[in-house]
Amino acid sequence: MGRKIIIDPVSKIEGHGKVVVQMDDNNQVTDAKLHVVEFRGFEKFIQGHPYWEAPMLLQRICGICFVSHHLCGAKALDDMVGVGYSTDTPMLATPEKVRRFGHYMQQLQSHVTAYFYCLVPDMLFGMDAAPQQRNVVGLVEADPELVKRVVALRKWGQEGIKSVLGKRMHGINSVPGGVNQNLSQAARDRMVNGEEGLISLEQVIDYAQDGVKIFKDFHEKNRTEVDAFAEVPALNMCLVNEKGNVDYYHGTMRIVDKDKKIVKELDYHDYLDHFSEATEEWSYMKFPFLKEFGREAGAVRVGPLARVNVTKAYEDNCPLANAALEEFHAYTKGKANDMTLHTIWARAIEILHSAEQIKVLLNDPDLQKEQLIMTPTDNAWTGEGIGVVEAPRGTLLHHYRANKEGNITFANLVVATTQNNTVMNRTVRSVADCYLGGKEQVEITEGLMNAIEVGIRAYDPCLSCATHAMGQMPLILTVLDADGNKIAEKIR
Amino acid sequence: MIVKITIDGQAINAREGDTIVDVAAQNGVYIPTLCYTKGKPCLGTCRTCSVNVDGRVMAACTIPVREGMEIDVNGAEITDMRKALVELLFSEGNHNCPSCEKSGRCELQATGYEVDMMVSRFPYRFTPRVVDHASKTIWLERDRCIFCQRCVEFVRDKETDQKIFSIKGRGTQASIEIDVDLANKMSANQVCEASDLCPVGCIIDKTQGFDVPIGKRKFEVKTIRERALEGTHR
Repeated sequence: MGRKIIIDPVSKIEGHGKVVVQMDDNNQVTDAKLHVVEFRGFEKFIQGHPYWEAPMLLQRICGICFVSHHLCGAKALDDMVGVGYSTDTPMLATPEKVRRFGHYMQQLQSHVTAYFYCLVPDMLFGMDAAPQQRNVVGLVEADPELVKRVVALRKWGQEGIKSVLGKRMHGINSVPGGVNQNLSQAARDRMVNGEEGLISLEQVIDYAQDGVKIFKDFHEKNRTEVDAFAEVPALNMCLVNEKGNVDYYHGTMRIVDKDKKIVKELDYHDYLDHFSEATEEWSYMKFPFLKEFGREAGAVRVGPLARVNVTKAYEDNCPLANAALEEFHAYTKGKANDMTLHTIWARAIEILHSAEQIKVLLNDPDLQKEQLIMTPTDNAWTGEGIGVVEAPRGTLLHHYRANKEGNITFANLVVATTQNNTVMNRTVRSVADCYLGGKEQVEITEGLMNAIEVGIRAYDPCLSCATHAMGQMPLILTVLDADGNKIAEKIR
Repeated sequence: MIVKITIDGQAINAREGDTIVDVAAQNGVYIPTLCYTKGKPCLGTCRTCSVNVDGRVMAACTIPVREGMEIDVNGAEITDMRKALVELLFSEGNHNCPSCEKSGRCELQATGYEVDMMVSRFPYRFTPRVVDHASKTIWLERDRCIFCQRCVEFVRDKETDQKIFSIKGRGTQASIEIDVDLANKMSANQVCEASDLCPVGCIIDKTQGFDVPIGKRKFEVKTIRERALEGTHR
């Protein structure tokens, strides 16, 4: 008699999902599905709005990576009005750098949130620890000084966002062809020097290094478990610049295989020629894949692990991040790293990289210059635009079309969590296989439930962005036989 | 001629004929307004300035003061009534402040903050309204129109003095209309003035968008209450 195990919903992710593990009569895991059971519909209700509202409205899809959505939409509008990379009217230096500044600040605060609030408790207390302890409250009790630093780090990122977007959340800075304000000298000095209640840039760099150290300590003590946990193969994708290094704001889409061989490199404006999206009746989240390789082989991983796999190096002016990256690359001897929990390592490296990139921009006088916008000629209007950025969770794409009056008629959003859908399902299957495969008696342990959650959480999935809203809800694990009869259930 | 009135029990000497709204502001009492435009004929369409005058609810922008008037502005009942009126305006249209270009300089939004509106007690009607893009320079976002009629009365063709905006239909079928030919003759300044005159984000200047950063927008720099009390708001 085959069996089915359901974890519903998964907690400590943005949004909620349900996991079903299907087993056959020989006690082998035959399938694992991460169900995403909510629906939002932003692509529909932006239709009919003036085109320039798209980056303002669509950033509301998420309370974490709103700057990414805002910038992605802004890049699409640049295309639409005829300014920017794909046109003869390039963006000015100041607006592009101001946009990058907001973007890196957001990457810092988003990664800090995911890393310290959600992932560090798993590392410090262990996957088998009680949920009551394995959270940020437990962290406060165990290491209050660390939590104070985390709060300060996150605040610094949010204040940095506010300094150019006007608000810590859902601000507005990018307009078609540029930005509406630069980074003022006073705001720049405040971010560099700090003030009462706000740490300085040097402290940020210092704290960011703590993140890498926490992972390394954890890894040192648990190397076997960490490395063996859900090692799942996948292609890796991110935006790269002409040097082949990750560029979080702009570049070509590069996809590499397990040997880091480039299997595809494309201009993101051609994404429809290369990507298709499969749908399943059991999930609202789609399954993108490279057409050329088919649905399974063509599924890509995006996000921190993918980026550190793809990038050759970081900029020379980011020495600390470069050193951390070299160590990461050396660990797999030049091969792509498919170890799911090494995503946490990658995220810690990216926190450091963001901090160093911000340092470079804070020392760049271009950010205080006054030329903020390029106004295109009327006949430059194309009526269609595609924007792609590397959001904290991975490659994010916005595609809009508008009619001649400027009304949005079409929108397509391919968010990072959607790109990771197939790989997350593989991760769940790998974990389930490890805990359940070949065992006569299926015991639903906290460890199993936690491990599946940890596997998913490594991707820091934003199911809100992919489909729906927020929520942390109880965990229900149910075992069903092949006929759908409940044979065991555990609720917490 | 000077008359004696009371506002919220405070004895005030006022010039006969001045509107209650103006007299109140001159004496430090803020009464929210939306359709009222200082120095222009009163419209009395929005009723947001409703106050209690000698026991009767009246629109303060339409009533000149007279000897002995007793005016209740900030009593609990009339305050809640004004709040309800603002809520009705929100529930009648389709207002989406987060993405609206007028956010931060929208009088309806600013007034909503002033009356402490958090959510409408009335169900939203979600009336389908068609956006009019026909003019070269103006986006007519009908979803946001509150039918104040400022544009209808005060925006005119410079040559002929013809009205450029009008209201078609009645009641729930009413809609704001634009004469595209006349609108296309408007100068950039006139479009800007019309957009600024609109108390919501219904008349949007196509040539400008989100150009003022958050934190520096009109009512973020100085609230609508502060502007009204110092006499710089309309």
